[in-house]
Amino acid sequence: MEGLLDTLGLAEAASLLSLEPPGWGGNLLRGLVNSLQIALGAFGFGLLIGLGGAYGKLYGGPLLRDLLAIYTTVIRAVPELVLILILYYVGSDLINQAATAMGYDRVEISGVVAGIWVLGVVQGAYATEVLRGAIQAIPPGQLEAARAFGMPPLMTLRRVTIPAMMGFATPGLANLWLIATKDTALLAIVGFSELTLETRQAAGSTRAYFTFFLAAGALYLLVTLFSGTIFARIEKWARRGQPSLREGGR
Amino acid sequence: MSDLRALLIPRRLFLMALFAGFVIWCALSLRWDWLPQYLPLAIEGLWRTIWILVVTVVLGFMLAVPLGLAQAAGPWYLATPARIFCTIIRGTPLLLQIWLLYYGLGSLFPQYPWIRGSDLWPYLRQAWPYAVLALTLSYAGYEGEVMRGGFASVQKGQLEAARAFGMPRFTIFRRIWLPQAIRNVLPTLGGETILQLKATPLVATITVIEIYAVSSRVRADTFIVYEPLLLLALVYMIIAGLIALMFRWVENRVPSRRREG
Repeated sequence: MEGLLDTLGLAEAASLLSLEPPGWGGNLLRGLVNSLQIALGAFGFGLLIGLGGAYGKLYGGPLLRDLLAIYTTVIRAVPELVLILILYYVGSDLINQAATAMGYDRVEISGVVAGIWVLGVVQGAYATEVLRGAIQAIPPGQLEAARAFGMPPLMTLRRVTIPAMMGFATPGLANLWLIATKDTALLAIVGFSELTLETRQAAGSTRAYFTFFLAAGALYLLVTLFSGTIFARIEKWARRGQPSLREGGR
Repeated sequence: MSDLRALLIPRRLFLMALFAGFVIWCALSLRWDWLPQYLPLAIEGLWRTIWILVVTVVLGFMLAVPLGLAQAAGPWYLATPARIFCTIIRGTPLLLQIWLLYYGLGSLFPQYPWIRGSDLWPYLRQAWPYAVLALTLSYAGYEGEVMRGGFASVQKGQLEAARAFGMPRFTIFRRIWLPQAIRNVLPTLGGETILQLKATPLVATITVIEIYAVSSRVRADTFIVYEPLLLLALVYMIIAGLIALMFRWVENRVPSRRREG
């Protein structure tokens, strides 16, 4: 093994990337865990907002619909980086004002919570559109049947709407999840130590830029490819009752 | 006309009044005294943002056409590299790609004397070539995938008819295949161009002074947080709106049988 690495000229890279302290592999993996944690949280938070937003856009009153249209348009037109900064400052200001009003000291917001809040609001706008489209794609008869049998709205949501729309929503949601994992890199700019920032620190202190950035790229790519297979499975499972949509789908 | 009338419903008038109130409140009670001092820099930054956007979109699209064609109809030795390129670009964060090119290539080039001695060196020492390269490759990667779908969606009969009339292969591509592929993907391209606009602030992290970097500098110099960011968001919304309008105008000029509603 050592000889092979030596002949390929990779011995140095391997020692830099090793998991023990002289190498930086442990830092990279810790960054990856942080990134995934935030991506998962933001994706879940975004799904909740998206479900509410989709319901509001489909069944809400005219004012609510206008407000949601403004929300999704603004979020989709302004760069994530700018939104992250605005939401980060607004969020910490609001929490600190609430804390001082209730007589507590100023609180330091943890990076994970801030990241989830910020990326979740961004994801929510995209999720609203994805889920709205998916709910609209459900044959209306299914929802009418549920209502005709007197199902309460929440039960309809749980038993009919969500299972029936899963197949339509999964491709869009898979895309959103990939955007979430890649958007966590933006938190590097506000100084949160996720994978990209850890990589830059490691690269900066060892001057081995290519080694570390390529390694981080490989990690991101692994996550992407792995999620791709998972979502393909989920979609297959969610569509198990439906006729094949290969022809004339979308 | 109907667009205008849709805005004059009471609740929308109410929302607009609310928005106008917000704007007036912003203008009166927030601090804008920094604006005259930074305005020249902001205009320069805005110009640089638009310049980077236009250059990378044009160059990226020119790269995307062969990438899409290779994937849609090329032999495997062209299709596989093209697919791998698109997967890598789409599977890793743009910020990482920018930093890889800037710090990686930037630390590699000075080691070679012949690069240092070449005429290109004054450019390679600056940040913007790396920014343009990274954004171009990124746009090419995403659009290569879009163009693959565009090329594949052109009906076979069209190409067969052209071939039956004895059109040379390049003429078929230029007159029949490419125009229809582009027409099919125009709506997607508009959205992707707005995404590209939203990617431009990332180049501020490698010291390119575009409009986002200007707002960061205002924040660092004056400790004013919200005002530059709000103005920045407004600027991006206006540019995004202009891009959307431009693409809608192009779409309306392109003859299409499939227009609905």
